[in-house]
Amino acid sequence: MTADHLDGNALAGPLAELFAVDVTAATGRCASCGLAGPIAALHVYGPEPGLVGRCPGCEEVVLRLVRGPGSAWLDLRGALSLRVTLPE
Amino acid sequence: MERTPARRARWTAARLTGIRDETPTARTLRFSVPGWPGHLAGQHVDVRLTAEDGYSAQRSYSLAGPADGDTVELTVERVPDGEVSPYLTEIMEVGDEVELRGPVGGWFVWRPESAAPVLLVAGGSGVVPLMAMLRERRHAGSRVPFRLLYSLRGPDSRYYADELRRPDPGVDVTYLYTRGTPDPWPRPAGRVRLDDLAEGGWPSSFEPDCYVCGPTGFVETVADLLLTLGHAPERIRTERFGPTGG
Amino acid sequence: MAIVSRGFRGRPRAGGDRLPPGQYLVEDFPVLSAGPTPRVPTDRWEFAIDTEEGETHRWSWQEFMALPQERPAVDIHCVTRWSKLDTHWEGVSLDVLFEDVESAAEYALVHSYGGYTTNLPVEDLLDGKAWIVHRFDGEELAPVHGGPARLLVPHLYFWKSAKWVRGIRLLNEDWPGFWETAGYHEYGDPWREQRYEGD
Ligand SMILES: Cc1cc2nc3c(=O)[nH]c(=O)nc-3n(C[C@H](O)[C@H](O)[C@H](O)COP(=O)(O)OP(=O)(O)OC[C@H]3O[C@@H](n4cnc5c(N)ncnc54)[C@H](O)[C@@H]3O)c2cc1C
Ligand SMILES: [Zn+2]
Repeated sequence: MTADHLDGNALAGPLAELFAVDVTAATGRCASCGLAGPIAALHVYGPEPGLVGRCPGCEEVVLRLVRGPGSAWLDLRGALSLRVTLPE
Repeated sequence: MERTPARRARWTAARLTGIRDETPTARTLRFSVPGWPGHLAGQHVDVRLTAEDGYSAQRSYSLAGPADGDTVELTVERVPDGEVSPYLTEIMEVGDEVELRGPVGGWFVWRPESAAPVLLVAGGSGVVPLMAMLRERRHAGSRVPFRLLYSLRGPDSRYYADELRRPDPGVDVTYLYTRGTPDPWPRPAGRVRLDDLAEGGWPSSFEPDCYVCGPTGFVETVADLLLTLGHAPERIRTERFGPTGG
Repeated sequence: MAIVSRGFRGRPRAGGDRLPPGQYLVEDFPVLSAGPTPRVPTDRWEFAIDTEEGETHRWSWQEFMALPQERPAVDIHCVTRWSKLDTHWEGVSLDVLFEDVESAAEYALVHSYGGYTTNLPVEDLLDGKAWIVHRFDGEELAPVHGGPARLLVPHLYFWKSAKWVRGIRLLNEDWPGFWETAGYHEYGDPWREQRYEGD
């Protein structure tokens, strides 16, 4: 609740409501600067009014997640791609 | 060895079954969670509290050790004027219930099949998920060398004091006191410095996996110092607890 | 149904008819942020209004400070449910800033240093309803609260009162801002509890 940010790890619970795989261990690529890294390493602001994940390289928004009653809004515009490791 | 099956997380009821005071301001809470799927060392849960009138608040807490069947443990530091931590540390009694969502987080985790040496750097309550890694190491019979650097106010603020005092082959524990030290003590009280990490950690040439956890400012400082010492960014995993860090 | 945790009360939630539905009172001034706090020195600060015709009106810090100042005392309501009563501000009414602006646009997109945006109807900015403020409680507005200057539109949820405000773009079509594109309400009237899209 201050200007300090958390790590992308803090997104794990809110994202686990939406996805069956752990998205924080996935590799995301920033649409602004191209930096690739785990979602867990994003700089996360929030949780209120919403979670905002920013690129640790350029601080641009990679991901936004808002949870309201009965709905969640997820914006991944700032992520060029997500690479999820899956068991064979 | 992924013990957490893929599934979407839901809130489930957890009943408090035991309390252990760690320090005058922190306690370990033992919960029974029917159907707990197991978890990895370093993972956390989200805790949700709901009041009579429907108002609710949620916060994240790290799992303090390996699961024991349906039983999990959290250690919570009381943040003055906080909304959730004073409830968990002062008001809650055995038999009371909260809701948990988890285990969650697959990045800030240590797996016992990993062979790299491990450096753990804790600030205050940030020791909780790192303790889970130490306990998992012991539990799994791993021989991987661990070093724990634990920054804290003074000797009274030590979590898990008895357990960390017991010799554990392959594990070194160094306390970095910030306010007051035991008497006598080789290192003057003060915040973590480059020397602390250079002496108490591993050389970067050993390519250790570094886990840093605690208040946001502490994590920031330590991560920078580790980079200065030549540790590769991809080997430094951080978990910021927030401004106070609990 | 959520499980009630015995003895959990949470933050005090006093009522009273100055509180919109679902809000609770705070005495402190919580800081919510969606990103790092921009530091904008006043010698590089400027504020601009861009019209739908492509005309730009600009103020440097000196020019802005030389405009007639007002001291609104208002209640503010955050969508995260805290409200703060009788907050004291100092700044310039948007009526003053819009005096020479020729525009028939109905929509405004407010943008900030740091990249934040929020949208609202132009009419909600006029007629003594909104200000660009630079002092809070008798002091310079701190950067965490939006200093050097922020928008103040107290009749809407506080996310509309953009911190670190840099300018306003006047548009013929509504263009949703940062939170408005991520689930929050287009308009955000606290008295009608317009928190989320569709409320
Ligand atoms: C992934 C993760 C894991 C965590 N694990 C643990 C854990 O294992 N143990 C643990 O104890 N905590 C842990 N935390 C922290 C925990 O989630 C809460 O943030 C903490 O317990 C405080 O919650 P609270 O409701 O008591 O305080 P809040 O009500 O959230 O905050 C207290 C009030 O004090 C203010 N405040 C906070 N810090 C300061 C400050 N430094 N100066 C001035 N004002 C301040 C806040 O803005 C707020 O108004 C973890 C956090 C994360 C993200
Ligand atoms: Zn980037």
